This record gives sequence, structure tokens and C-alpha cells, in this order.
Amino acid sequence: MAYSEKVIDHYEKPRNVGTLDKNDASVGTGLVGAPACGDVMKLQIKVSEDGIIEDAKFKTFGCGSAIASSSLITEWVKGKTIEEAGTIKNTQIAEELALPPVKIHCSVLAEDAIKAAISDYKAKKGA
Amino acid sequence: MTVYLDHNATTPVRPEAAEAVAAALTVTGNPSSVHGAGRRARALVEDAREQVAALVGARAEDVIFTSGGTEANNLALINVAEGPIFASAVEHVSVLDGADNVTRIPVDDDGIVDLGALDRLLKDALMKVGAGRALVSVMLANNETGVIQPVRKVAELAAEHDAVFHCDAVQAAGKQDIDFPSLGVHMMTLSAHKIGGPPGVGALIVAPGHQATAAIRGGGQERSRRGGTENISGIAGFGRAAEAATADIEHLRGLASLRDRMEDEIAAAVPGVRIFARGRDRLPTTSCLTMPGVSSETQVMAFDLDGIAVSAGAACSSGKVSPSHVLAAMGADEDEIKSAIRVSLGWTTTAEDIEKFTAAWTRLHARVGGGSLAA
Amino acid sequence: MSATTEKHELPHTIQNRKAPIYLDYQATTPTDPRVVEKMLPYFSEQFGNPHSRSHFYGWEAEDAVEIARESVASIIGANPKEVIFTSGATESNNLALKGVANFYKDKKNHIITVVTEHKCVLDSCRHLEQEGFEVTYMPVKANGLIDLDQLRETITDNTAIVSVMGVNNEIGVIQPLKEIGAICREKGAFFHTDCAQAVGKIPLDVEEMNIDLMSISGHKVYGPMGIGALYVRRRPRVRLVPMINGGGQERGMRSGTLPTPLCVGLGEACAIAEKEMGAENERLRRLRDRMYQSIVGRLPEVYLNGDLDQRIPGNLNISFAFVEGEGLMMGIKDLAVSSGSACTSASLEPSYVLRALGVNEELAHTSLRIGFGRFTTEEEVDEAVELIIHEVERLREMSPLWEMHNEGIDISSIEWAEH
Repeated sequence: MAYSEKVIDHYEKPRNVGTLDKNDASVGTGLVGAPACGDVMKLQIKVSEDGIIEDAKFKTFGCGSAIASSSLITEWVKGKTIEEAGTIKNTQIAEELALPPVKIHCSVLAEDAIKAAISDYKAKKGA
Repeated sequence: MTVYLDHNATTPVRPEAAEAVAAALTVTGNPSSVHGAGRRARALVEDAREQVAALVGARAEDVIFTSGGTEANNLALINVAEGPIFASAVEHVSVLDGADNVTRIPVDDDGIVDLGALDRLLKDALMKVGAGRALVSVMLANNETGVIQPVRKVAELAAEHDAVFHCDAVQAAGKQDIDFPSLGVHMMTLSAHKIGGPPGVGALIVAPGHQATAAIRGGGQERSRRGGTENISGIAGFGRAAEAATADIEHLRGLASLRDRMEDEIAAAVPGVRIFARGRDRLPTTSCLTMPGVSSETQVMAFDLDGIAVSAGAACSSGKVSPSHVLAAMGADEDEIKSAIRVSLGWTTTAEDIEKFTAAWTRLHARVGGGSLAA
Repeated sequence: MSATTEKHELPHTIQNRKAPIYLDYQATTPTDPRVVEKMLPYFSEQFGNPHSRSHFYGWEAEDAVEIARESVASIIGANPKEVIFTSGATESNNLALKGVANFYKDKKNHIITVVTEHKCVLDSCRHLEQEGFEVTYMPVKANGLIDLDQLRETITDNTAIVSVMGVNNEIGVIQPLKEIGAICREKGAFFHTDCAQAVGKIPLDVEEMNIDLMSISGHKVYGPMGIGALYVRRRPRVRLVPMINGGGQERGMRSGTLPTPLCVGLGEACAIAEKEMGAENERLRRLRDRMYQSIVGRLPEVYLNGDLDQRIPGNLNISFAFVEGEGLMMGIKDLAVSSGSACTSASLEPSYVLRALGVNEELAHTSLRIGFGRFTTEEEVDEAVELIIHEVERLREMSPLWEMHNEGIDISSIEWAEH
């Protein structure tokens, strides 16, 4: 299976690997996937007072496409409002990274991860 | 130097193909592995698939690589046929013995399939309720006599009766142009070592929309149609040989003049000689002829001593020399069958080779010919 | 490869390596140059059809095939007449199982095999099940070996054939063939063993081990692809229904023109293996131990899959917890290794062999199969160790599971949403 250049680039030089303080009220954390399925993504966003995503970090257990999908989405969401970030579709990720059909689930996972992070943030705000 | 005139048994590997084999033997990697080494091995297999497909104008994805013509013929018959199987009486044994229930279609004196008989067989099969779709297997050219079958007409008959049509093109490939899509054939067998490729590899070409699943399973190779790690060196050699053979067809066609001159000289010298299917459309490289009163065994041994390799028939009946079922089906009498040999030319054959053979044949006949074969 | 932090900087020589290091000897072995050399003449001047009985070319080819047959027989302690050539171990396995089952089906219709067998054995068994045969798939213990008492209990008067592989292709464990053979003989069932991975790696003797049928592969013993063999015992005689008909070659059990150069290649490969196996195993054991000790000494949370002692020296199968295997393979692209069996590595399912050992799915996803062989050097092993450790550390820092593990969170206690 040949990976696209963009996947390789993100895999070798992943953007925004790391961890934000999950107890910080301005941080939303999404943890999706399952070890038994071969991929787990943790995606965190730090949101400013006016709802802009100031920072995003990820950690991923998975194949190169999963790592690239999460790396790419952290790049995309930075600077966006949480509403805008919530509209990112897996198909956009798959297209950008030229994922083959067997790897589409990686982009789905990335979409799920950002949605989970946003809802965690909203839940914290609401609480 | 020995004069090799047994190209229908196996033909020397073409230098291009030998080079491809030698190169592929040094490639490490299982084509099913995902790493770079595996992908390089895979690329060799896929390039060869294109080359083999091109030999008969087929699509690469329709090519299933097998361990040879015998396996491909078996594959075409066993796992495809739902109903009765009709094969010409002069087919290769791997077709006639390739399934339990093969009905033989009679042939005429020249070994050409009897279309009227096939028509009746197919009609009867259609009448039988629940008999399943019939399968017809008729070769493109015969390995012993070189006679060419009316494949298009067989295809028309098969289509008329909704039968599946398999064609063994092992001997014809590389000796005449073949256009798989327009022949009306659903499955076609090819063998590498008959076109100047290495032994141990063959192919079944399967037309789109037709199913073939091999008896050998497990591993999912060849799109789950034939299991087992691919014979990379063999396949690479097959591919290059297919390419070289395509470019060499004119040359092989030209060998007909050598063959014809040899036959003319022998027939003129000894009037009792029978040259099978002589008046018919034949491969340019095959001659099957009798030496009256001299057994095939005596002839091949005498020729061998003269440094000439010919054969007493097909090379496949390992061990025992049994009378040719091909000549028997053509209604040849026992004396003719017992005194027939096959002379087959190929890409290495020269005019000098044929002159030597003709001279040796004439000498041998003068020495021992004319007797009786009665035991 | 550019590294994210200085900590992950690799020695310059390793970063600039040209050809990848081949460590996938269970997928296929390189053809030994000595084997290639023996084969080449049979592709050119010695091109005869070994079944041509009427001239020198045919005789010459036949002689070569028979010498090869002797070499194959010799390495397994058989008589040459008991060896038939096939297109490979897949065909041999198909022929042994389907051939014997179908020949004896009026008397017996039970087959025993093991869940960790090669795909083509399992596939043949499933096919026979569809045809009405009864198949028992025996489990293995956590070390990958079968339970002999359980085998004894599983064989009945109705059991036609027991098929247990000599050496597993993923984890390299060696089944107790001699004990299995004794049980089968005592119980009156034929014993077939897929020895594609075993020939040339462990001593084999069909008499001492009471083996009735054995599958052999060319390209797993430094021979060419496209050739294999099946040993079929003559006394007491094993009979089978052929799969490929027409021509009657190989005592009627396998028709088709024999590919002389490939037969010669397999013969030469067996001859070399028989001569060199002892020394080679010693060398490979040292290399294997060197790699294993380095890895476990420097990386925590790594697990060896399959028994360490009852194992060929040329195999390691290691789970690197918290690092997904395919992602790891991408990182160590200068190493040709596999995660799971080569035949199935395009699928996303974790290895069925590891699952059968009771390795949990999560750890099965983190496994690498590393295969050593005749051309592996100590230098390559050392480079491979550096590459693997470097990449595992890099990916662990990127792994949320590693982070949780270090925080003391029990990953199995989390309720993961399956997707």
C-alpha cells in the first residue's frame, strides 16, 4: 500500500503533538476509537473567550493515515470558531490526504474526535 | 550441434526471457508483502500480466497465472462446468482427463472438429432439463498435427446454445495472431514454455463476466481465483517471452516454407508417406508424418543417433509410449499410427536443420523402410 | 527521515541507507545465488522437456529432475519415489488434504487441523466442510503449541487425516512432530504436516516422526518461487485423488510438464540446507538473541509472542504495546518486516494466529514479525534494533495509550466505543 506524500509528511513531521491540561475549563478533550480496533485518537482544543480555537493538540495510536488525519485536523481547526470546526467533514480530510478506501475510517475518526472535543468543551462551559 | 525439432514439447527459452528470469530470481520479496521489497515483486508480476494479456489482445485483469497449461486446462473445466462438457477428440489429455464427464466431439480425417456433431450434442444437452450450462472445449491448434480448428464457428455454435467456450491456445500462441475478444472465446489457456518462456508457468484468460475459481486455494492470490505465492521468475519470463513472441510471429510464419519444402521432398521420394492434415490450415511449424514400415520408436532412436531430436507424439504420457489418441480419433489405421513421428520447428530452427532432417529421413527410409510393422 | 526532536536523532549512516534491510524471511527467502547458478543452464542450453522420451534433451532434463528429487527426499529422510513435485506448498497442502479426504471418504470423513495453520490449510478444510466432511480445528496453548493429550482424545476411528504444521509462519514455534506422528500412527489416522517453514530449519525425518504426507516449499528454503513438493508415504501406502489431471506425471498424482529449472532449484536449495543447517542455526540464534536482548533491555512493555525455546532461531514476533503495528512499519520503512502474515497483511484484521494464542486484540495490533536468515548480518541486526527502538519511542510519545499507561490508567478499564 503506497501512502500519499501528504500522509508521509504528516506522519514524519506531525503537527501539534502533545497534551493540554484537560482540567482547564477552556480545554475540550475528545478521545475516540478503541485499542482493539487498532486506532485511538485523543484530540484537544483550547478555546478563547470569544469561541476561537487558539490551540489544538493530538495524540494518536494508529496507522500512518490515522496519525496524518489527526495531525491535519489540528492544523485546520486552529484559528477557527468552534462552530466552523464542527462543520469539518471526513471527506475533506480524506480528499486532502488522498486516502485510499481502506483508510477512510481514519478520516471518520478525526471528524469524530473534533466533534467529541467540541462537545466536551461545551459541556464544561455549560456546567 | 544437435538439431532440435521437438519445439511442440518445449521450445528453448528466448534470451530476453532468460534474462528476465535471471533478473527476477535475484529479486527478494513476496508479492503479497506490503513493504518495498514486496511491492517490487508485485510490480514484476503485474508488468508480466500486461505483456501476456497483450499477446492475445486480452485485458490484464483477465489473466490468471497458473503453474502451466495443464493446470489452466483443468481449471477451465473442473470449476467452471455446471453441465455437460464437450471436448474435441483431439484435445490435449489435460482437457480430456481434466474432468470426469467429458464427452468427445468426433473429428474428421484431418482432425478437424465435426461441427454438425457438436451442434447435435449441444441441442441434446439443451433438451435435458436441469442439465446445467454446457461447456465446449476445442483447441486453437493441435499439438501433434498442427491442424487449426474453426474456432470462430465453434464459438458461434456455443453462443447459439448458450454454452461456455474454452479454447486451449497453448500451441497456437506466438505462431499466429490471436485476438481473444473477437474470437468469441470465454476462456483461453496459454503456456509459457511453448512460446519461449520458462516451464512451470501458464495462464488462463477469462473473459469479463465469467467466473473461474481454482482448485488450489488459500492466500487469496490472483484475486482469490488461484492461491499460492506467485512464481515470480517464471511469470516475469513468461511476460518477456510473450512480448518477444509477438514480435517474432512473422518469422515463425515464415518457417512454413521450410516445413513445406521438407514435406514436398519426402512425399516425392516416398509415395506411401502420409502427412497428416497436409492440405489443411496448419501451424507453420508442425509436421506429423509416417515412415511406412518403420515404427516411431525406431525412427526417434535412429534420428537421435543422427543428432536430431523429434518425437513420437505428445511428450506428456510420462514413461509409456502409448498410441496417439489424436491420430486414432482421425481414423488413421494402426500401421500409420505406429509409424508416425512429429517434427516441430521453432524460433531457433534454421534451413540447415531441416535439410539435415530431410536427408536423415531419406537415408533411414532407404536403410530400413518398406517393411511390415505386423508383430 | 527528519526527526521531531534531537532525542530521536539517528546515526547518520542509518539515515542514509540505500536498500532496506530484509527481515521478512518467513514471507519469502532470497534465492541463494548458488541455487540460481545451478538453475540458469536449464533455462537456456539444457531446456529439454523431462517427459520427452525420445532424445537427449529430454533425458538430460529427466536426469536433472531425478537428482533434484533425491536431494529433496534426503533432507526429510524419504525415498525419492515418495516425493512429487508441485507448484508450491499451497498446492501441496491443497492436494494432501483434499486428495486424501476424497480418496478415503467412503470409509472416514473426519479431519483434524489446528487454528494456527496456514491460510491454505484452513481454506482447504473449510472447502471440505462444505462438501460434507467433519473438521475439528484444535486450539493451541498460550505458547502456540498443541496439547498432545487433547489430540489423542480428538482422533476417532472416523479420522482420516490429521494436519499439523511443523513450524508456524508467524511465530516460528515448532510443533512436537514426533509425538504427533506417534499418536496418529497408534490411532490409525494419516499425519500430514505443512513443513514449508520447517524444511532446512529443523531436522526432519519422515520415518522417525511417522509422517505420512509433508508439504515443502521452494521459496522458503532459498529456492525459487513456483515450485514445491509433497512427500507421500509408500509403506504403508497413502493414496490420494489428484487435483490436476492429464498426462499422468508424478505417479499420476500431479499432471503437468515438470519445470526442470525450478525442480533443480528446489533440489539444490535442499542440498545446501541439509549441509549448512547446523551452523546456520547457530549463527541465526546468536543474531536473534542479540536483537531480542537489545530490544527488551531498552524498551519497556514489549512482549514476545509464541514459545521462545520451541522456536526456530530465525523468527521473532514481538508486540510493542501502545504502538500500532502498521504505523510502526511505516516508520521503519528501511526495514522489510511484516505485521502479521504476508498473505493477509492488506487486511485490517489483527492476526488470527496471535488471537489463537490468547493475545488480546490490542496487543495483536502492535505486533511485528521479524524474520532472520542466511544473508542477515550482525550489522543489519544492530541497525534494525536502532531503527525499531527509535521509532517505537517516537510513536509512543505520540500515543494517547502510552500517556495513559504512564499516568497509571488501566486501559482495559476504559469503556471504548467500538467503531
